[in-house]
Amino acid sequence: MTLDRREILRLAGVGCAALAAGVRPADAELAPSPASADSWAVLMDTVACIGCRKCEWACNVENRLSDAPASTFDNLKVVDAPRRPEHDSFTVVNRFRSPADRDHSWTVKLQCMHCADPACASACLVGALAKDQTGPVTYDAWKCIGCRYCMVACPFQIPAYEYNKPVQPQVRKCTFCAPRLAEGRSPACVAICPNEALTFGRRQVVLDAAHTRIQASPGRYFPHVYGESEAGGTSWLYLAPVEFAYTGLPALDDEPIPHHTERIQHAIFKSFVPPLALYGVLGLVMHALRGDNGHQENTSG
Amino acid sequence: MAEHHGPKPVKTPFMSRGTLVLIALALAGGACYLYRMVFGLAAATNLDNQWPWGIWIAIDVASGVALAAGGFTTAALADIFHKEKYHAIVRPALLTAMLGYTFVVIGLLADLGRYYNVWHPMLPSMWQGNSVLFEVGICVMIYLSVLYIEFLPIVAERFMGRVNLPGPLRIFNRVVDSWLIVCHRFLGRFISLFIIAGVVLSCLHQSSLGTLMVIAPTKVHPLWYTPALPALFLMSAIAVGFPMVIFESILASRSFKLRPERELLSGIAMYTPVLLAAYLAVKIADLVERDAVRYVFEGSLQSVMFLIEVGLGVVAPMVILLSKRARNSIAGLFTASSLVIFGVALNRINVFLISYRPLYPEKSYFPSPFEILVTVGLISTLVLVYRAIVMIFPVIAAAPEAAPREVVVTAPASEPEGATR
Ligand code: SF4
Ligand code: SF4
Repeated sequence: MTLDRREILRLAGVGCAALAAGVRPADAELAPSPASADSWAVLMDTVACIGCRKCEWACNVENRLSDAPASTFDNLKVVDAPRRPEHDSFTVVNRFRSPADRDHSWTVKLQCMHCADPACASACLVGALAKDQTGPVTYDAWKCIGCRYCMVACPFQIPAYEYNKPVQPQVRKCTFCAPRLAEGRSPACVAICPNEALTFGRRQVVLDAAHTRIQASPGRYFPHVYGESEAGGTSWLYLAPVEFAYTGLPALDDEPIPHHTERIQHAIFKSFVPPLALYGVLGLVMHALRGDNGHQENTSG
Repeated sequence: MAEHHGPKPVKTPFMSRGTLVLIALALAGGACYLYRMVFGLAAATNLDNQWPWGIWIAIDVASGVALAAGGFTTAALADIFHKEKYHAIVRPALLTAMLGYTFVVIGLLADLGRYYNVWHPMLPSMWQGNSVLFEVGICVMIYLSVLYIEFLPIVAERFMGRVNLPGPLRIFNRVVDSWLIVCHRFLGRFISLFIIAGVVLSCLHQSSLGTLMVIAPTKVHPLWYTPALPALFLMSAIAVGFPMVIFESILASRSFKLRPERELLSGIAMYTPVLLAAYLAVKIADLVERDAVRYVFEGSLQSVMFLIEVGLGVVAPMVILLSKRARNSIAGLFTASSLVIFGVALNRINVFLISYRPLYPEKSYFPSPFEILVTVGLISTLVLVYRAIVMIFPVIAAAPEAAPREVVVTAPASEPEGATR
């Protein structure tokens, strides 16, 4: 069968149309968020928290983070200056004050939120970061290439990097004490909290408890559970006495962060149709136009 | 006409005052590169948990990939759309792309915390198809191989039948030679498959490079944060392709004392204002659509950088190249193409660095002297390697500056193959 040039160009046109049709947002194909009602979760009650830093110390011991003696964690002044989790401190407690009444303050414990649909895991090109069915977002240092795209992606700016290590640097963040969870124990910070500011349990149970607390004492809490839907939901949930703008937690809408990129990625790579269509179109064009400029053909090539 | 003489190795002394400066910079960069490898990122860079990416990603990788776009745009023009007269610029563009991507990878290795794991994305057990970076990585890897394959015929052309390895390696002469012949025959028939693959792979990763930052909606400044980033990246990469070829060609002809292929360059420069206009139109439409125009004049660092990027890097060269006089003069071509290159490189720096606003900023980021020297050193090394390769292989097709035009037409035709030796 021989195709004349016009037919080939028409075919190329059809190919282009297929290409255009292929490259279109495909929402339905986005993976459903893996946040399940019975995965593990923790509720952090910033009203009940007394800022004692026991959780920081327990985390430090559990994860063998730094050689800092226990007494360093007795210094309660440090909570007044906002700190961020670092490669050698997975969790920090920060104090926030009411702009209206400087004596009214509350303390917020920070760590990885263990998102239901984690941006860091979607970003990671080798799957070093992954959401475990039971809740934790885990890190496999052996796979990691150290590109730090996960740090760019995290909407809570949590992962920290061991920039100081020339070899085998790791991405460091709260592990949700995954090994302890596997043994049926609660995370180290939860276990040590003296004032029950941290409540550990199945996500749905913990969420219900949070809403019950809000209803039971409406004056005590701002009526919103942070993390219930932020960025598609997280495994760590927060109650606060005021709007969350005053807790240092970022304002986020309900869309899981990975949807922004995966929508585009999946549209382009949907069963490889668009790239192959482009290949076909270019092939046809190359074939059809061959000899068009024949009189100009010359030595090279 | 000028395009009738084929490419030949350039005959010129390697050393010059310029080369000496480049060698010095390359050595300094190499030392800094070594320093980073031995003492780690904290010692060599100003990166921290707020600023995970610096100029090694924004310039060495992102701008590097964009500026290597001349390879696929010229291949598309000359080989797919069969504008055969442009064949003369395919080889220099191919070489730039090949070296450009090679140095992108070398630059990336400096930035990777575990550079020795760079091959991990190749293992199917670690494939993570949701990751934009995975796609960029795989495409760049395959494309780099395609570029080397596309360069093979040039190697074969130069050495087929003349393989002369030094000393004891001599015994391999026959083997290497027959291997070159096989390559030459095979690629002679199937090179089109690779050329098309190169164009497809380029479209894929040039656009995906833009998708990378779409994962940080709360960190990237609204002047650049848009789901249209992949489209904008692809369009700007296509637009910068020919200006890059023009820029290099003019520089190379000055440095090698050759007559610039002015007519050819003016020819491809015609496409540039059209491509820039399309890019600009999408960029503006996107700003309007997202209601982000109000940020353009907000007076922040970001808005100033945006205005420079678009005004100086897109509008100015577009206007210059619309004028036929400018297009037909070397000075006009050089100015305009420099501006386009500046604009696209600045766009990549803006997207990856200037637009990035850490959620809990402790300090701002400015590259350390090591970071700057590594970047400068890599660019210098690239230029040196380019110079060496065009002196060994038949890449550049141009007549010596002094030669009068009439002689140019006939001389190379009468010159037997291999007379260049
Ligand atoms: S908070 Fe950040 S690091 Fe933790 S799971 Fe979410 S995206 Fe990943
Ligand atoms: S730094 Fe490691 S964990 Fe983070 S995205 Fe890169 S490979 Fe994945």
